[in-house]
Amino acid sequence: MFYRENGQFKTTYSKDQQIFPILQDKVAILAIVAFAFIGVPFVADEYMFRAILIPFLILTLAAIGVNILVGYCGQISLGSGGFMAVGAYAAYNMFVRFDGMPVIVALLTGGLFATLVGIFFGIPSLRVKGLYLAVATLAAQFFCDWAFLRIDWFTNNSASGSVSVSNMKILGWTINTPADKYLFCLGFVVVFALLAKNLVRSAIGREWMAIRDMDVAAAVIGIRPMYAKLSAFAVSSFIVGVAGGLWGFVHLGSWEPAAFSIDRSFQLLFIVIIGGMGSIMGCFFGAAFIVILPIFLNQALPVLGNLVGINISTALVSHTEFMIFGALIVWFLIVEPHGLARLWSIGKQKMRLWPFPH
Amino acid sequence: MGFFLETLLGGLMAGMLYSLVALGFVLIFKASGVFNFAQGAMVLFAALAMARFAEWIPKWTGLAPGLIPNVLAFLVAGLIMCAVAWLIERLVLRHLVNQEGTTLLMATLGISYFLDGFGQTIFGSDIYKINIGMPKEPIMAFEGVFQGGILINKEDLYAALIAAVLVTLLSIFFQKTSTGRALRAVADDHQAAQSIGIPLNRIWVVVWCVAGITALVAGMIWGSKLGVQFSLTAVALRALPVIILGGLTSVPGAIIGGLIIGVGEKLSEVYLGPYVGGGIEIWFAYVLALVFLMFRPQGLFGEKIIDRV
Repeated sequence: MFYRENGQFKTTYSKDQQIFPILQDKVAILAIVAFAFIGVPFVADEYMFRAILIPFLILTLAAIGVNILVGYCGQISLGSGGFMAVGAYAAYNMFVRFDGMPVIVALLTGGLFATLVGIFFGIPSLRVKGLYLAVATLAAQFFCDWAFLRIDWFTNNSASGSVSVSNMKILGWTINTPADKYLFCLGFVVVFALLAKNLVRSAIGREWMAIRDMDVAAAVIGIRPMYAKLSAFAVSSFIVGVAGGLWGFVHLGSWEPAAFSIDRSFQLLFIVIIGGMGSIMGCFFGAAFIVILPIFLNQALPVLGNLVGINISTALVSHTEFMIFGALIVWFLIVEPHGLARLWSIGKQKMRLWPFPH
Repeated sequence: MGFFLETLLGGLMAGMLYSLVALGFVLIFKASGVFNFAQGAMVLFAALAMARFAEWIPKWTGLAPGLIPNVLAFLVAGLIMCAVAWLIERLVLRHLVNQEGTTLLMATLGISYFLDGFGQTIFGSDIYKINIGMPKEPIMAFEGVFQGGILINKEDLYAALIAAVLVTLLSIFFQKTSTGRALRAVADDHQAAQSIGIPLNRIWVVVWCVAGITALVAGMIWGSKLGVQFSLTAVALRALPVIILGGLTSVPGAIIGGLIIGVGEKLSEVYLGPYVGGGIEIWFAYVLALVFLMFRPQGLFGEKIIDRV
């Protein structure tokens, strides 16, 4: 009833090609972003920021990066945790070794280094594809794990690779309270989401999708596979690297290489799959799901256990969490292999007809 | 020279164990096109079942701990793995027929999470021991040939022998029995196999059972070496370079790949490790496999990948 595009006529091409061609969509998204910037800092408490909102935002950012590579270009990567580590440690080195380095510049340079590493480990994608590539990208993951653990120079000679960052300032604004951190991350996510959305709508994005759908056919019609694949690796690992920097700088504060282990890579892949491959919007859904589910289970399981009169120990809770998480993923893949983003678009379609289905 | 040979032998034996885990991957991939990330979780699950039943059976029946409870525990764990295989086929794979490779891959990741949690819920999450009576003391060999001889870890030797026996049994099963023939047919071409009346679903159950049993043997050997604990799942990650090196679809590839990786890891750790700070085992295998892939994208023995538009 309310969600209709009737009467919204597009008279120019640029109007037709907007990100949100439907007025209601645009208004809703703007309202959400405005609320996220202005409303949320007043509403949320510290726990909410630390445990839910900040991880959600950073994981979303990382997932956008992974989605560009996996969802749009079709190159499965299990090395995203490694690229996050590169971003985090490169940003750390920039921040510590140069006096007065602005945080944002440090983070972006971290992203640049992640890009270089990403392109390097993307080279095998020119020869191998599919599952072989998935395993090949694990090399990046394990190599990064090892490098930051064993090569002291990267971690400023700290023991076992644990480093910490404090005193982040941008133009006199000290990022200190959780609300500050949240706003800082939110800024990054909004900018990069917009950037990514526009990239995938542009010529290069179409090249990625052509490669994903069938690389031989794409090559035949004149798309350079090398350029398309490596640019996807570059863009993806840049975003993932920046997200890694944020994860270290803002979310953890002090971290060690284990923070970017292979589990992180799997987690990012889960976010992309559950959210929806080839959908920027899906990254938000997927990240929300992945962040909230363990917290929810953690809270709900002991309560449920008490209801049926079983005392559930913490070990059991964590094991049950594993089980439910695994089962949910399988269930999800069976019910909706295209992810939450598809459910969202189905929902919108229903909304258009509601309440008169004919 | 003696030291080099010792390292080489150690590598070969470690490689045999990698091949054992890699075999599980290859079997499932060949028969159902599923890249089974849950193999590591299956190894842990099977080893946990084996360890716990070896402990419980003497308690329940009053048998003296020793050979018989171990054999019984092995059988029970084998049955459990078959049940797991059946459930996986029934509840997961059947619903995901014709989905893309990535979707199936993610599904097996989900299964692996589930099995990790489930195994530790019912069997407990401490470190358990599997004692199948493998001798621990090392033996000396070739003392006449080299000065000081070569130190061989007897446990590794037995493990390699068990692995070799299993591989032989599997190849006989695949080559000589009618089920094995059906499995090979399914691996070759799903549709053609189905059209001549081979029941796909049953074949999948069988192949997951076989992979489960391989996981059990691998879990038993690794478990008796390292103790049964959560880190056993990492063994699967160590075996991944083996299969991309050997080719995802080749059983001999898994074995030879395993040997190459095992030897490469040990030699690199001993001769290259000290220069770069050690601990390079974990990524060296991957880089080695990557280098191979650059020249042969389908792995050493994999089927040639042909692209059709």
